[in-house]
Amino acid sequence: MTCIIIDDEETSRVILNQLCSEVSDLDMIEEFSNAMSAIKFLNKNDIDLIFLDIHMPDFSGFDFIQSLKNPPRIILTTSDQSLALTAFEYDSVIDYLVKPVERPRFEKAIVKAKSFVAAPKAVASVESSNNEKQGDSTKTLYVNIDRTLIKIETDSINLIKAEGDYILIKTREKEYKVHSTLKKIVDKLPNDPFFHVHRSYIINLSRIVDIEDNTILIEKNVIPISRSKRPELMRRLNLL
Amino acid sequence: MPKPNFNYIKQLSNGDVAFENKLLGVLAKELPIEIKEFENNIASGKLTDAASNVHKIKHKISLLGMQESYLIAQDFEENLKNNRLDLHKVFAQILKKMITFLNHIENHRI
Repeated sequence: MTCIIIDDEETSRVILNQLCSEVSDLDMIEEFSNAMSAIKFLNKNDIDLIFLDIHMPDFSGFDFIQSLKNPPRIILTTSDQSLALTAFEYDSVIDYLVKPVERPRFEKAIVKAKSFVAAPKAVASVESSNNEKQGDSTKTLYVNIDRTLIKIETDSINLIKAEGDYILIKTREKEYKVHSTLKKIVDKLPNDPFFHVHRSYIINLSRIVDIEDNTILIEKNVIPISRSKRPELMRRLNLL
Repeated sequence: MPKPNFNYIKQLSNGDVAFENKLLGVLAKELPIEIKEFENNIASGKLTDAASNVHKIKHKISLLGMQESYLIAQDFEENLKNNRLDLHKVFAQILKKMITFLNHIENHRI
């Protein structure tokens, strides 16, 4: 596995370099003190992993990620714990190390990186697993909660509700509050049995208890139906 | 205020003295530059830029095992972002301690 380090702070680069040198099958190819030089390098070279500082002058780590068409796996490094949620909005980000980086935490991140690099098709992103939108292979979904990837069987989801910058995923057993959007998650779910019934709700059609006027009952949740969605909803139900 | 120490660096080095010396050398070189930039930004009223300097310096405070000082730096960074200079004096004392410590180490390499 090949990697590069991007950090404007030399002290951080020295530490990461040392930690990388201790991993037998990790080849640290180059280190950069600014994102622009790294972009030039990446235009000509393929690498598997980037250790990327978020807080850099002029061009932040997030700017850097957005500038790449096809970014490799990225482990973010920062002194700022509060950016973790934002960090995981990027599909290429697989982990988030808080400085000063501790060896055990670094080793854990490397194990994770190896699994992502070894099976790039199997684990597509932080928020989704081996799911394809089409077909019936969309069985699981991974959500990031407090820097832990939690696996959710899509079959177990009753409904998903938008709550500001978050979505609330209600399953048969639990509820998960995740920093994401309905638009993002709808792309990760199978068309059947999920339905975007209202701008703030996606429901599992198989969990409907009853439909009355413009509302749907799923367990104890009353879900509004958008007027524009009602005809499609009716088409998808197995009406007698 | 807790004194700087080698705990993290020793833990990180796993006994690799060459690495310890390299890291301390880089710290001793980089910190005064960052402090100078910070002081210039404070003097010219660029408090947001000064907050960025504090952000960088925070990492070095942690490296030297000064956890309480780290929290002060964190608060000071927030103050600067909010255009306030509260904790400036305390932060300046932290910087002074770090520089004294690193100068001492430079003169008596571990």
